[in-house]
Amino acid sequence: MDATERRADTFPKLVRLNAERTPRKVAIREKDYGIWQSYTWRDYYEQSRLIALGLASFGFARGDKVAIVGDNRPQLYWAVMATQALGGVPVPIYQDSIEKELAYIADHAEARFAIVEDQEQVDKLLHVRAQCPRLEQVIYDDARGMRDYTDPCLTSLEALQERGRGFGAAHPGHFEAELDKGEADDTAIICYTSGTTGTPKGAMLSHRNLMATGRNAARAEGLGPDEEILSYLPMAWVGDHVFSYVQSIIVGFAANCPESAATVLSDLKEIGPTYFFAPPRIWESILTSVLVRIDDCAWPKRMLVRACLDLGQAIERCRLEGRPVPLWRRLLYPIGGALVYAPLRDNLGMRRVRCAYTAGEAIGPEIFLFFRALGINVKQLYGMTEASVFVTIQKDGDVRLDTVGTPVPEVEVQIAEDGEVLYRSPGIFQGYYKNPEATRQTVADGWLHSGDAGFLDARGHLKIIDRARDVTRLADGTIFPPKYLENKLKFSPYVKEAVCIGQDRPFVTALVNIDLTAVGNWAERRGIAYTSYTDLSQKAEVYDLVRGEIERVNRSLEEDEQLKTAQIRRFLILHKELDPDDEEITRTRKVRRGHVARKYAALIDALYGDGDRAQVEAQVTYEDGRTGVIRADVRIEDVVGVLAR
Amino acid sequence: MTTAAAGPLLVVDGISVRFGALLALHQVSLEIGRGEIVAIIGPNGAGKTTLLNVISGFYHPYEGRIAFAGRERTHLAPPDVAALGIARTFQNVALFKGMSVLDNIMTGRLLKMRGSFLLDALWWGPAKRQELANRAFVERIIDFLEIQAIRKTPAGRLPYGLQKRVELARALAAEPELLLLDEPMAGMNVEEKEDMCRFILDVHGEFGTTIALIEHDMGVVMDLSDRVAVLDYGRKIADGTPDQVRKDQAVLDAYLGAIHE
Repeated sequence: MDATERRADTFPKLVRLNAERTPRKVAIREKDYGIWQSYTWRDYYEQSRLIALGLASFGFARGDKVAIVGDNRPQLYWAVMATQALGGVPVPIYQDSIEKELAYIADHAEARFAIVEDQEQVDKLLHVRAQCPRLEQVIYDDARGMRDYTDPCLTSLEALQERGRGFGAAHPGHFEAELDKGEADDTAIICYTSGTTGTPKGAMLSHRNLMATGRNAARAEGLGPDEEILSYLPMAWVGDHVFSYVQSIIVGFAANCPESAATVLSDLKEIGPTYFFAPPRIWESILTSVLVRIDDCAWPKRMLVRACLDLGQAIERCRLEGRPVPLWRRLLYPIGGALVYAPLRDNLGMRRVRCAYTAGEAIGPEIFLFFRALGINVKQLYGMTEASVFVTIQKDGDVRLDTVGTPVPEVEVQIAEDGEVLYRSPGIFQGYYKNPEATRQTVADGWLHSGDAGFLDARGHLKIIDRARDVTRLADGTIFPPKYLENKLKFSPYVKEAVCIGQDRPFVTALVNIDLTAVGNWAERRGIAYTSYTDLSQKAEVYDLVRGEIERVNRSLEEDEQLKTAQIRRFLILHKELDPDDEEITRTRKVRRGHVARKYAALIDALYGDGDRAQVEAQVTYEDGRTGVIRADVRIEDVVGVLAR
Repeated sequence: MTTAAAGPLLVVDGISVRFGALLALHQVSLEIGRGEIVAIIGPNGAGKTTLLNVISGFYHPYEGRIAFAGRERTHLAPPDVAALGIARTFQNVALFKGMSVLDNIMTGRLLKMRGSFLLDALWWGPAKRQELANRAFVERIIDFLEIQAIRKTPAGRLPYGLQKRVELARALAAEPELLLLDEPMAGMNVEEKEDMCRFILDVHGEFGTTIALIEHDMGVVMDLSDRVAVLDYGRKIADGTPDQVRKDQAVLDAYLGAIHE
């Protein structure tokens, strides 16, 4: 890093530097009309400049907030930079938010402008405009379906850039002057954390926060300008912001935006990223798709693949636990590599992956092991929005199953007396927007209280047990970690989501969501007819299938002295999928326990009663925000064997 | 909607079609103005599909005449009709099941291709330029109908609703002035129907395509169309705006069953 680079203390300044130094290097791509369209750093800077000048022509003032809503698109990343360049603050919002959530955030953040992807988002914003009095202009990128919209607050991005061109000609030097006014401690972004409890809070991160952590982590991993990443996670999630924007700009590597949400897996294969990031749910769904395909094979092939995968996992388990690998397994490994691991890696689009992370929440050890065994360098990362993501990373060659690694440079980790993980780093956020009370509760004396329970092991690795308030005890006082059980359940391709209950109860029970693809496929092969998700979920055969999975989990708990009592004794399969629109899980798919417990109180009572059926009435929210009620009769079953003991 | 100056796009004037002793259409007249969406409805066997087949040149009427864009063209064969700018989809999906979605849609561009066997085989010069230009056009349609994810999937492997959408894409690839849709929503669930409605309206809005469709779902018909023509036993018994048709006594009789003399 030279002096010029050090002086570039905001992201727009860094982009300008990239545009000067490597004008022709690809900065961002988007698959559009079937072709990967590339934009260089010069395009990146020029396009952002026009958007900024367009905003300036509407009288943009420093400090104005801009809501950004849509799928990952180069235009929206440019909008982030344009906003920052004018001294404004971008506020990305989850594109699948229902109107209520969108309105809450747009209003709370006092957004004056919104730059959105398409008609869908425009419709939502126009509907809730009355609740967002400060919102003046809505700018949309995709003009499709917008021909009959005459609302004066609407402008297309193209028209905005055209205005920008005119404004730039009339005010030469305006953009550059505004850009130069930016300072490291300006707020670079407000990320609203969905949170498993309560209303969203807007975490303010400064350029300094993001740049320090982004740079430290990039250096620790040895990232270079030739990395390729796939930008497919919601822009509103701090993870995507850090990887696709912050690190892409700092290191100068290319971000690639997929064609649509449905094409992510095939786009992954085409790009062959070298640096990849996914939360556990994505790893789970990739795993499910692989397992489903294996099930569809003829039996010789199936046996071979299963044997090779088992071998790989056994070897990887030895490695991660630091035990020696038996010679015969080492001899067989290259065969598995040639027959299964390498072709599968290639098929998944992960042949070139040098470094992949899983983060966001705990990953089931079996899932983690599966990908490691294929030879993909997946590592656990522990981070939070409030820390500009990076807290700890597993170093290459020092990966373990049950820890999340060691602190990245400049991060200090400390465990409070009650077991809560505290840390301090240059990435600690500026506070929650308009919520000093919550900020005070989170940061004390420079130490951020993570809310997670964990400890540092003898080698300085951080181990997270669970959300601090989630680890509870059964009525008899034995420990009950719900997340841990749920992750074990979710390793099964048939289980999509699970909620375990047991606090102050005599035993553990589970609410299970089946995976429609995997179970549907399974049912089809057995000739089991079903009409809908609800119907399929209540089939006796499906209950048997899920019971088998629970018994597997129980067997593995049996081996653990501490968790023996946490075996699942009764379960039911929910008649509907847990959905963020119904506030049962967050947009990043974390279970909101409080909500689920309240909403399904009748079912939970029935789980601890004697009956084998329960009536449920659940309110559902459709994508357009309307609500309806689903009624169903849900079966409740015992897991035999456990009860007998 | 109709621009009076240009005259109607399609004029069907007193056509009759006979299959042996069965009079499938009897002196049916219909005008479709430029930029209109016209629905053709009627009970089963009323002659709706026959009418569409006459317009697309598949059947020829034994009396009456048809004019398209001001030109008389009663007795053209289907390829010539297609070249004039009329494209259609079928009641029962008629895709090449073994071919990818992309290739299926590309077949819709065949009319626009001027090839020489040798140059095409060598993939050189004008042949290459032409293929690229056509592919670019097809990609715009794929984007428009949001079927990027199935571009390379064999058509036969797709669920029914998507096959219908691919068929629409293939018809659009011919850049038609008049699009004939034979029951575009048959056999679809509510969500698929809503999607299809949106696509039809978008096609109409973005490309200005004139559309004639046969449909049984009255909700869809009333929402989509500017005008509704009702057939019963081969005769046109009503023609007007959705509201007029809804109140028309002859239509109510045809659908609800009145006593025929």
